[in-house]
Amino acid sequence: MTTGELAAACGFTHVTGDGDREIEGIFTGDLLSWAMGRAKEADAWFTVMGNVNTVAVAALADCACAVLCHGAQWDAAAVQKADMQGVELYTTELPEFEASYLAAVTLELAPPEP
Amino acid sequence: MADDSIRLHYTVPGDDFTRAGEASADLKSRMKKLGLPPGAIRKVSIALYEGEINLAIHAHGGDIDVEITDDEVRMVLSDQGPGIADISLAMSEGWSTAPDEVRSLGFGAGMGLPNMKKYSDEFDIQSAVGVGTTVTMAVKTA
Repeated sequence: MTTGELAAACGFTHVTGDGDREIEGIFTGDLLSWAMGRAKEADAWFTVMGNVNTVAVAALADCACAVLCHGAQWDAAAVQKADMQGVELYTTELPEFEASYLAAVTLELAPPEP
Repeated sequence: MADDSIRLHYTVPGDDFTRAGEASADLKSRMKKLGLPPGAIRKVSIALYEGEINLAIHAHGGDIDVEITDDEVRMVLSDQGPGIADISLAMSEGWSTAPDEVRSLGFGAGMGLPNMKKYSDEFDIQSAVGVGTTVTMAVKTA
């Protein structure tokens, strides 16, 4: 499923990007080094950190997109950098868990082993 | 040393977390143009970005020298910062001396050096208190 298809199905608001990146998984968290080390390529990343550093990490870690939760808004500098680097950004009013859960169900991801 | 190696130099400004990341973004784009494997590009990008952030947070900036050869990308990060008193402690996940201001940006989780090691095929750190720190990382591309 592409970023644009997921956003449409989940009601995420588009901020930057073409909506054409394939999503293979989900990473949820706010500490940038954790995201850097543990988010996988082509993950949709759910966070509340809307600054320019999140965009840098999303670009370097090759995340499919970053979704800012809880109704937070991306900084102007973050939007500018995302446009420059081709990073897809979205927002949602949903909290991080609910947004991640909705995305996981939409993507039909298998639950993790206990 | 291969004759056709590419050498790059970057200067990382201290305490500017919006500019930290420029070196890794530039190197990533150069590696893409060279057609290097995506897995290696990702490893270099992550390891170098963590290094840049460390230079900005802890060392008031520093220098990065990169050499791209036939089979690896070698990065040497050097600074004249305060140095690291206990390297094994600094290498442990979750241990951090980052100030609150940096943590509020989402950094300072104590994962910087561990991530740099994790994403390098070769990793070395030399440090002396009051003198500075030099980190060498190499990622295989072939």
